[in-house]
Amino acid sequence: MDLIATLQIALRVLLRNKARSILTMLGIIIGVGAVIAMIGIGQGADQTVQKQIATLGSNMIFISSGSRRVGGLSVGYGGTKSLVESDVEAIARECPAVVAAAPGTQTSAQIVYEGDNWGTRIVGTTPEYFDIRTWDFQSGSSFTHDDVTTAANVAVIGETVRKNLFASVNPIGKKMRIGSLPFVVVGVLVAKGQSAALSEDQDDTIIAPLTTVQKKITGQPWLRFAMVSASSRANSYVAQQQIEALLRDRHRIRAGEPADFVVRNLADIADVASEASQVMTVLLGSIGGVSLFVGGLGIMNIMLVSVTERTREIGIRIAIGATEGDVKRQFLIEAVVISLFGGVIGILLGIGASFVISSTAGWPIAISTVAILVAALVSIAIGIFFGFYPAQKAARLDPIEALRYE
Amino acid sequence: MGDNRVHALRGVNLEIKRGEFVAIMGASGSGKSTFMNILGCLDKPTLGRYLLEGTDVAALDKTQLARIRNRQIGFVFQGFNLLSRTTALENTELPTLYARIAKTERRERALHSLSLVGLGDRTDHFPSQLSGGQQQRVAIARALVNRPSILLADEPTGNLDSRTSVEVMEIFQTLNDQGLTIILVTHETDIANFARRSILFRDGSIRRDELIPKRLIATEVIKTMPKLDD
Repeated sequence: MDLIATLQIALRVLLRNKARSILTMLGIIIGVGAVIAMIGIGQGADQTVQKQIATLGSNMIFISSGSRRVGGLSVGYGGTKSLVESDVEAIARECPAVVAAAPGTQTSAQIVYEGDNWGTRIVGTTPEYFDIRTWDFQSGSSFTHDDVTTAANVAVIGETVRKNLFASVNPIGKKMRIGSLPFVVVGVLVAKGQSAALSEDQDDTIIAPLTTVQKKITGQPWLRFAMVSASSRANSYVAQQQIEALLRDRHRIRAGEPADFVVRNLADIADVASEASQVMTVLLGSIGGVSLFVGGLGIMNIMLVSVTERTREIGIRIAIGATEGDVKRQFLIEAVVISLFGGVIGILLGIGASFVISSTAGWPIAISTVAILVAALVSIAIGIFFGFYPAQKAARLDPIEALRYE
Repeated sequence: MGDNRVHALRGVNLEIKRGEFVAIMGASGSGKSTFMNILGCLDKPTLGRYLLEGTDVAALDKTQLARIRNRQIGFVFQGFNLLSRTTALENTELPTLYARIAKTERRERALHSLSLVGLGDRTDHFPSQLSGGQQQRVAIARALVNRPSILLADEPTGNLDSRTSVEVMEIFQTLNDQGLTIILVTHETDIANFARRSILFRDGSIRRDELIPKRLIATEVIKTMPKLDD
């Protein structure tokens, strides 16, 4: 019997028992829906994380002093005083996989401009910092190496600081005070936005020469952190290892002893940041998997019922010349039509669900055509797998007994 | 027939020639059903041989048997065995589906077959909308659609009233006159008398095999019967 005729028969049988067919499809609908939603949400969350990670800098490696780690991600600053500027210079000089390195210290301070004041974070560093973080200026420019050498009172401000203190004026060349020190604004950075990975507003910051912050604000000659750019993304692990080895050597830490610094590359940070979306992905994935299995069993069950109900029909078909293959194909196609229909409805529902969840969470909508194709193929596979036994049973009926069946 | 130890038939030796019209008679349990199942290639003899147009059926596999049932044999059953919720035309078409015939030819053949049994105007009716006689005629049309050389009819008139039974016999006689071999199982002597030869089964063997002396002609019998509204 040709495929079109078989399909027509299958469709007619399924339409005859509409409620039953839909109930049977439910497991597949939920399963495929959950998997499609899972992939959509997972990809959306992943894209968001990747985008945020990218804002941290190009192939960035983050070195922080001290070994205090809170919650795996929060960088414990200032635990030790052993990370110094010469370490960073050595990294830039001696690690081949490193293209740039910037020392950094950090503190918080109150900034005053005319009548307004704003509490923010002050980062002391060198001009390399802006390259490593691939951070452009919306106006003005970076302070210079001379500024760092002379500990000049100049600063670059982030977008959040600009909005709060210089909402209506051009901040370039304006004098503001940090504590009692007057600073001239030389540059305004473009907005980077909220970083989910570091859970902070990256634009709420002031960046000044390292020496200025060390000598005039914190009074601490050591570093809180350093940022390093690896020569390529692939090289970031190599660079990380080179930095660790170099720093352990410089800090005279023996093998096996815990280090007094922490080196992380972006991949580590990305992993932690995507943990939340992974939990959701695993949850939806397991719901989907179990649902697909139960859905498959439902199809098998209903196909067995159908074979029993239609024993006489099968007997007639065999008597007038249907081969085992003909009968098997007919029931397999019915099972596949059920599961494929369920799959298609599930795909639509899954797209809808990921649309709703993604827009609620503010993630981009990511619908993967590959996922849809795979879901459709999996639905067909489930139909074949779970339809096989009932189809086999139908094909092996004895026509003489089947014709007598009431 | 699953249990080998029951000998439903023993010592049956018989030849049916092309173009014959044979009535198989016997009480239930006499072995005539088993005999028909073997003739129809639904069952194989555990011992002995069945040569169908010179081919030993025992040597064929299931797919080849299905092909024989599909193309060489037409079945007509007592209970009609039509697919419900399927139109007369589609029921008639069914064997052509398994013969892998092109769609337009399938339709043509089914229509032709239905017109042969006088149901050319009932093609879109469902079995539930047809009388018993009409349903049996659909079943005959279905049996004829692949132009078989043998028609096997198992109690075809068992569920029909006497006038309709004769009408079915009229169709059979016409088909037989055109050269179709017909083997008819019945326990009614009246019906058997429309055939040319009758074989009586008892306890698994043939008790009598003879030509029917005064063969009834259905067209003439109908004239003597009271007219009924269809």
